[in-house]
Amino acid sequence: MALSSEGADRFAALLEENQEALVGAWNDRVVETLRGRLSRTELHRQTGELRRAFQLALAGGATSLADPSAAELRAQLSELSTSRARQGFTATETAVSVFAFKEAVLESLPDDASVLREYIAFSTFVDAAALFTFDSYVQVREALIADQAEQLLELSTPVVKLWEGVVAVPLVGTLDSARAQVVMERLLQTLVDTGSPYAIIDITGVPAVDTQVAQHVLKTVVAARLMGADCIISGIRPQIAQTIVALGIEFGDIATKASLADALRYVLGKTGQSARKPRER
Amino acid sequence: MERVPVLKIGDILLVSIQIDMEDQVALQLQEDLAERIVVTGCHGVIIDISALDIVDSFVGRTLATIASISRVLDAETVVVGMRPAVAITLVELGLSLPGIRTALNVELGMDLLARSRAEEYDDEQDDESDPVVVNES
Repeated sequence: MALSSEGADRFAALLEENQEALVGAWNDRVVETLRGRLSRTELHRQTGELRRAFQLALAGGATSLADPSAAELRAQLSELSTSRARQGFTATETAVSVFAFKEAVLESLPDDASVLREYIAFSTFVDAAALFTFDSYVQVREALIADQAEQLLELSTPVVKLWEGVVAVPLVGTLDSARAQVVMERLLQTLVDTGSPYAIIDITGVPAVDTQVAQHVLKTVVAARLMGADCIISGIRPQIAQTIVALGIEFGDIATKASLADALRYVLGKTGQSARKPRER
Repeated sequence: MERVPVLKIGDILLVSIQIDMEDQVALQLQEDLAERIVVTGCHGVIIDISALDIVDSFVGRTLATIASISRVLDAETVVVGMRPAVAITLVELGLSLPGIRTALNVELGMDLLARSRAEEYDDEQDDESDPVVVNES
């Protein structure tokens, strides 16, 4: 049921007349749900601004939230949901902040059955506002999750220099195609940049190895070989060794070692350096 | 037609490919290189492909052929400087360039040639004396 323009005017007047009482009653209700995670002054500022935005929208003749005159209100609502989403409030807590406005308005209404029809229309308007808040809350959260996934992708694939001419990639977490691609590209680029002829891929942190993960690792090794670098796979746990054999994965002539230390010793042995040699002072 | 220059440095022939590898260019290089190996009597060939963005199956096969020809003429071939993107593409295509030795850059390629040459020389000497255990760990 849409708000009539007369109804909008009446409510705009009502919001202006009772602004102090309204904001007070609204704050009381919201504070209860937020349980002290937001200071009262901060909340007071937010609800005060929202009330003004509602009033301006209604005075501008907005009968639904999509009206151009409600643009200011929409901006306020999305700002509210953005800040709530970033501060870690739940979706319900965010939406309730808006819904509580209805109850606050109901208190200030005269005891008269004639306004009931208009109040219901106004209530629909506030519902639409709350749903809009909910939508923008979800959008902000999704953007946050996407950002974090990207950061995770960058953080989780370091290529470290282990020795002169030896680099290592400690793989942590499940390897999917996207991550495997990033790991492969970064490892190969590091090989070129540092001119290291040996790379150790350590899979201690990989919880499970299936045929797909093995395929990714093998592709990386073959690509490194094509470029003229040798890859050693280390950190194979007993269960993983059993899985590899059970799945029938063939590592061919690729060197596999139980621990990173073994792999490093093997590489140093091949290059003719000794790990035990004390440093010259 | 463009040609790829073949440079002689000491005991090594250096080929740095700076132009797009078209089929004709690759075949011409194969011919030139065979001739130069025989004329100079070099024992090592380094082919630098660090400037190549694309290595297709024909170029890959030509490189393998060059390596085989050089081996017949008693010269080791090392392909150096393959870009990561090229390596990834070759792997995705299932081309692993069998029979080609690779190194990350020219310097490591020269090391590799020197090492394999030294081993060969050792082997020849070992044949005359008693076999010696190399592992002394």
